[in-house]
Amino acid sequence: MSTKDNWKIWEVFIRSRNGLNHKHVGSLHAPDAEMAVKNARDVYTRRSEGISIWVVPSDAVTASSPDESEPLFTPADDKVYRHPTFYEIPDEIGHM
Amino acid sequence: MNKELQEYTLRLGDNALILGQRLAEWCGHGPVLEQDIALSNIALDHLGQARMLLNYAAEQKGEEFTEDKIAFFRDIFEYHNLLILELENGDWGKTICRQFLFDTFNYFLYTDLLQSKDETIRSVAQKAIKEISYHAQWSAEWLIRLGDGTDESHERVQSSLNDLWEWSGEMFTPDAVDEAMLEAGIGADLNAIKERWHQKVDQILDLAKLDKPAGEWMQSGGKQGDHTEYLGFVLAEMQHIPRMHPEAKW
Repeated sequence: MSTKDNWKIWEVFIRSRNGLNHKHVGSLHAPDAEMAVKNARDVYTRRSEGISIWVVPSDAVTASSPDESEPLFTPADDKVYRHPTFYEIPDEIGHM
Repeated sequence: MNKELQEYTLRLGDNALILGQRLAEWCGHGPVLEQDIALSNIALDHLGQARMLLNYAAEQKGEEFTEDKIAFFRDIFEYHNLLILELENGDWGKTICRQFLFDTFNYFLYTDLLQSKDETIRSVAQKAIKEISYHAQWSAEWLIRLGDGTDESHERVQSSLNDLWEWSGEMFTPDAVDEAMLEAGIGADLNAIKERWHQKVDQILDLAKLDKPAGEWMQSGGKQGDHTEYLGFVLAEMQHIPRMHPEAKW
């Protein structure tokens, strides 16, 4: 079986606990979506890491280009005021 | 009754042990990394089940016995596993095919053992059924993809199915031990399991576009201790270290 030709790559997202977001954990090979879920179960949740799995074909992911990183990301570097750290938080609210 | 329970426990335990040992041979040799991990996981599930059951067998046999003594210091004719489990793995398709035939049986067997009147067997079944349900799903999914895959995968898996078929009947052929355990409410009804097994196998073979072999003559003997020449090689590999160093400790 020539796996490189006919097995797609899938991106795997695992939710570790109720209330948390699914988080990208890695990728794997599988012939189709159902087997990708099974493979993800075996490869990424053997040590009780998760309670829910998403798989997405890697070629469905649109990624930003490294060439564009300056226009995309550097303008945010000098805008610290966008962090919500300039407010006085009343004591009664506690930790936010 | 105690003798029958002891043998019944060994049959369940030996099935898990020998299949686990066979599947462990795939570790590092799977067709892709993901399946290498999957099958090694399944092998470990079986070894875990074998430990619980052989421990129980050791308790029944008396103080001088332990799970290790039972696993490593019995000879071929004292093993009670099904013959199909000791056969060579063959190619990936043959391994999947054997898994599917056995996992489907094992799923119905352990579903029934959830109601066993023997407390230990019942609690082993409660733990194992989750693993076994997954094994049965996994091997059925694989069989469908190999059967309904390329021309080559279809041909190879069909030929494995034809080869393995005569080894499948032993699972459902009750002998005196099976009957005594059924009567005591401890064991499962193999005739009823046979029907459910055929229904499930028909359904999956249909999806896999595979033909069900027609042969009715079936091999038997493993449960009673009459084995193929393959079991000796499995035991030799599994037992030689503990036999060379019987007092060795981790």
